[in-house]
Amino acid sequence: MASSSLTKPQMRGLLAKRLRFHIVGAFFVSLGVAAFYKFAVAEPRKKAYADFYRTYDSIKDFEEMRKTGIFQSAK
Amino acid sequence: MSFRAAWSLVLRKGGLGMRGIHSPGGTAHGKEKMPPYTNYHAQRSYPMPDEPFCTELNAEQQALKEKEKGSWTQLSHAEKVALYRLQFHETFTEMNRRSNEWKTVMGCVFFFFGFTGLLIWWQRVYVFPKKPITLMDEWKAQQLQRILDMKSNPVQGLASRWDYERKEWKK
Repeated sequence: MASSSLTKPQMRGLLAKRLRFHIVGAFFVSLGVAAFYKFAVAEPRKKAYADFYRTYDSIKDFEEMRKTGIFQSAK
Repeated sequence: MSFRAAWSLVLRKGGLGMRGIHSPGGTAHGKEKMPPYTNYHAQRSYPMPDEPFCTELNAEQQALKEKEKGSWTQLSHAEKVALYRLQFHETFTEMNRRSNEWKTVMGCVFFFFGFTGLLIWWQRVYVFPKKPITLMDEWKAQQLQRILDMKSNPVQGLASRWDYERKEWKK
């Protein structure tokens, strides 16, 4: 066939190429998501709890609650 | 009944219009039946239908079909294209062309969102019963006060946002 020859397209290894791209991508995306969650959610939460309980007086807390009258067994 | 007539008219008009636009001199002009009325249906996932696109061939096309039975190196480029067009309605590029259908779809979706909104508004005015006592503002305020008194979620949640000294929400 006397055609103006186009370059022969990629015939083999198409699935392998796609899989490699997506597996590598999935690895980095999941790594990124996990890192983001750790530093945006988990670490601040741990810090919030640590800060809260550093200066927490449970007796004082209880007394404040009792004064508002919510308890039935401790007026 | 009239709806069906109108629909087939829309189909016919749409089909003819499309064919004129996308292939200036490309499609073979056999006695092609309109796509919905033949057994020819090709799509990207089913690219080789059982029947050819043009089944009724004129003399010239029949001669070409006879020539096709011989060696294909004898066929000229134009003849090969003509044979392709006899066999298939559109090339892959033509078949997969994008369209502006999504705009129509989104428009209709939003239209019906709006319509539904109107319906629900009417229902709110004429159908819904009276609000229960627990949804009245006074009740809700007392409920919130009780939750704050109980200091629920004092670390990161609701009570952590309330300033107990100044008795207001934290800035």
